[in-house]
Amino acid sequence: MHAFYALVSGPLVWAAFALFLGGSIWKIASLMAETKAKDTYVVEYWSWSHAFASFVHWLVPFMSTNSRRQPVMTVVTFLFHIGIVLVPLFTLGHLVLLEESVLGVSWAALPDSVVDAAAWIVVLGCVYFAWRRLTLPEVRFVTSAADFVILLVVAAPFVTGIMAYHGWGDNLLMTSLHMLCGEIMLAAIPFTRLSHMLTFWYTRGYTASEFGAVRNVYDW
Amino acid sequence: MADIAENTQAATDAMSYIERVAAKSAQDKADGKYAQFASIKDVGVDDGVARLTPERIEKTINQVLRGECGARMRAYVQTCVHCGLCSDACHHYLSNDKDPKYSPVGKVKRTIWKMLEKQGKLTPAECREAVVVSQTECNLCRRCQQFCPFGIDVAYMIQTVRRICHKLGITPQYIQDTCHSHASTLNQMWVKDDEWVDTLQWQEDEARDEIPNIRIPVGKVGADFMYSVIAPEPKFRTHLIYQAAVIFDQAGCDWTMPATPGWDNSDMAMFTGDFETMGRIKKAHYEAAQKLRVKKIVMGECGHAFRSVYDVGNRWLGWKMPPVPMVHSIEFFYELVKAGRIRPRELFPERVTFHDPCNTVRGRGLHEMGRYVANAFTQGVVEMAPNKVFNICCNAGGGVINCGPPWKTKRVLSNRYKAEQLARMKDQGINTIISPCHNCHGGLEDIIHYYGLEMHLMFLGDLLFKYMEKPGAVE
Repeated sequence: MHAFYALVSGPLVWAAFALFLGGSIWKIASLMAETKAKDTYVVEYWSWSHAFASFVHWLVPFMSTNSRRQPVMTVVTFLFHIGIVLVPLFTLGHLVLLEESVLGVSWAALPDSVVDAAAWIVVLGCVYFAWRRLTLPEVRFVTSAADFVILLVVAAPFVTGIMAYHGWGDNLLMTSLHMLCGEIMLAAIPFTRLSHMLTFWYTRGYTASEFGAVRNVYDW
Repeated sequence: MADIAENTQAATDAMSYIERVAAKSAQDKADGKYAQFASIKDVGVDDGVARLTPERIEKTINQVLRGECGARMRAYVQTCVHCGLCSDACHHYLSNDKDPKYSPVGKVKRTIWKMLEKQGKLTPAECREAVVVSQTECNLCRRCQQFCPFGIDVAYMIQTVRRICHKLGITPQYIQDTCHSHASTLNQMWVKDDEWVDTLQWQEDEARDEIPNIRIPVGKVGADFMYSVIAPEPKFRTHLIYQAAVIFDQAGCDWTMPATPGWDNSDMAMFTGDFETMGRIKKAHYEAAQKLRVKKIVMGECGHAFRSVYDVGNRWLGWKMPPVPMVHSIEFFYELVKAGRIRPRELFPERVTFHDPCNTVRGRGLHEMGRYVANAFTQGVVEMAPNKVFNICCNAGGGVINCGPPWKTKRVLSNRYKAEQLARMKDQGINTIISPCHNCHGGLEDIIHYYGLEMHLMFLGDLLFKYMEKPGAVE
């Protein structure tokens, strides 16, 4: 068990961050290179002002027409994404480990109760998304096994994190599993659909530019 | 018994128009009309599919997806999280009782995803599905792009499927015929060069009965603008050229129309993915204007041609923006009315509603200008919902109506949603729809007729021509 802990808290952390950072750089660089070579429209018509306006309208709840039409999905998605970003970055345990191991610096952590609530929201968000995939015909039609695997990959670190925090199950096992799940998720971001974290800015920004700068209409 | 029969008759008459659409739709379902979509025959598609070989399918699909497509396609495919939030944007989906196979992402799944997943190794039957989806179940209206949180351009993906089908030689017959015409004559309707000039002279003659000094200046070098139309105008809707001539003449415009090929601004090749032909016809169009040394091109009331000239054809030819400044009639009429160069003699006696063409709203944001003109000449515009940049397509655009008679019933039934929207206007006492696009007229006329909506369609040009002051006219 200690060997397992040593693995997931040592080499695998490095591997996960290397895959995440390296993969993200590769993903963005290859997208840019291919854009320059084959999709010059994206570069030619790119307009930062329209892209930025579009980011705001699609990231802030109820600023886009479709988000107003889908209020439940909007609220869940918004809270879910907030949780997914806040929990890893502002959990006291994470900060302590990062400071003592590599970074040497830290920043203010969120209160445990807030992080705990946010983690629950992420897990419940995954449950909601799974429920949508199973019950809404238009979502089920385009859902495959891979979509559920992605949900599991996202939910796992939060479920194990909640269990470790509350002391449910063997503490060392839960902590180790939590680390492993977190590493899997981090490493998966550039190589799976989770890469929408990186490509959102590209597709959204380009569409905003075409709509706003060329065709004189808004895209929200 | 006689009384009951009379009452039944009265009850039928009292049906609102929205109820009529519902009743017609229920009858269509009972008659199995929706189920018959699967058995539609099209010579172009079926004979083409019969000629396909596995090697050709694989080679063609991969040549387009790997060779022609790049980062955009990759980003769209990899970014889509399969959330289905685009579904409610699509009139095909809404009109077919929310059958998920008609949702935008559903249509991408049935085409692009399948091609990528099988690395181009589609069966002929799957190729048939690809051409049917891309040419008859999507109008490239780009409404779903406004619904997608990532702004994924589904129209681009479906357009790519059309290009693959073009290269496979399985494009529906009727629209392929218009492309052959484009390729041979540089116009869409097999109009011969002498017929074109004859038609202009004929319309000039006709107009001289009304305005004795009117001219349709053909090939006038150095005029302020060149007016270009789609080939169906000289072919079927000649009076539109007459009307435009009267409007320009009475507004005191210095204008011309080309005597040579390039007068047709339409572009069905863009909609079959035959970009090589598209490039040729757009080049002829821009060059016609350049040879005449006009300051700009004014385009007739057409949506798709505007998309081609403003947004698509120029890019294929390497121009970031059109090489000659150009405006749609909506914008030009707006300028004329606003400047007081055209004034209403009297107003259209009723309130009207305004149907926005996808390509002039999501393609250029001209919705307010169109309303400005319509409001100036009528008792006022009553809005449909949704409208303007969120308009519901007429289901004729994007080359769908050009796929011809085999697909007509499917096209009309797949836009019941628009019929319901129009019926709600009719129930409010609105009888007239202003729509500045030929394809919209074609699509809406079919829907109005099929669902018995008893509404009337007008171009902005119809309205101006009929109700403007004409100082040069004789009684």
